[in-house]
Amino acid sequence: MPSKTELLDLQFIGARARLIDLAAFLDRIDRHPGEADYRYDALKKALPILLGEGPGRARAVLEALSDQDGGLLPHAAFQGAFGAPRPATHAP
Amino acid sequence: MKYIEPHAHMVSRTTDDYEKLALAGCEALCEPAFWAGFDRSSADGFFDYFRQLTEYEPKRAAKFGIRHYSWLCINPKEADDPAFAREVMSLIPEFIGRPSVLGIGEIGLNKNTRNELAIFEEHVQIALDHDVPVLIHTPHLEDKLKGTRLILDSLAGFGKLDRGKVIIDHVEEHTVGLVLDAGYWAGMTLYPESKCTPDRAIDILELHGTERLWMNSACDWGVSDPLAVPKCALEMKRRHHDAAQIHEIVFENPRRFLSQSPKFVL
Repeated sequence: MPSKTELLDLQFIGARARLIDLAAFLDRIDRHPGEADYRYDALKKALPILLGEGPGRARAVLEALSDQDGGLLPHAAFQGAFGAPRPATHAP
Repeated sequence: MKYIEPHAHMVSRTTDDYEKLALAGCEALCEPAFWAGFDRSSADGFFDYFRQLTEYEPKRAAKFGIRHYSWLCINPKEADDPAFAREVMSLIPEFIGRPSVLGIGEIGLNKNTRNELAIFEEHVQIALDHDVPVLIHTPHLEDKLKGTRLILDSLAGFGKLDRGKVIIDHVEEHTVGLVLDAGYWAGMTLYPESKCTPDRAIDILELHGTERLWMNSACDWGVSDPLAVPKCALEMKRRHHDAAQIHEIVFENPRRFLSQSPKFVL
């Protein structure tokens, strides 16, 4: 297993790039016209998880972006998924 | 490096991709039945699809020295219409005895509906009736956690099911423990955006061990990479996994699970 320094040597630049990309995405959404929806809210709500104590941050982010309702739906109103739980009031 | 690609939708790929897979060391691949990117208009569409999976693709793969195996079902995206789903399922007995058909899959849930679950359970019963392995798809993105829990609850009701003959695919950090703790195999799908990246898949291997895990590209008509498995193997090497560990996850594990079908020969 690589040491922390070896892992930083291997992956820090990539992680840095993805972090800046995420920051730029948030700026881009803010800058553009119209209203953001539940996906943007879900993403911002998950961000503090990154600053929490590990391990388990990836799992916690996935859980924060998951539908936590345990019940079966009567029918599929649509086939796709959007990456964050859709409020009942939000049309597909 | 030789490896097995245990989940690839080659009907969506070009013949060039078969060549790339062969050059990368792919010895065998498995193709579960799935959604075509659109809903078929009749069961006849599935009849032709099952012929493609069991007749045409094995020949196309063989030209590059790759053994091609398949799994049959109606996928969960088209399973919300139970009458249509049952019409398609009635075709399965005609094909399941063919020499390259390993089992039932990829069944599962998509939007976690009552009809999807009913059709899922009927597929599991077909697998039990024919004593074949089962390959299970878990839902996408926000639906995965709920769907995985529903699938596990449902499977628990099949008392005669050998959990070692069931693989639950597309696990991520929030579902892999649920699947492994219940005694099933778990598959990690390597996708550029959704599901697992190579680095996250390697994290899961490091945290959960390699005993009942495999990884696959699930390459299809969407954003996916048919060489995802050998690329992940390269990443494992960069993270100091030795050749034996890499061989175990990309070759021995899929061979061990798939060999539960006597038709899988490698």
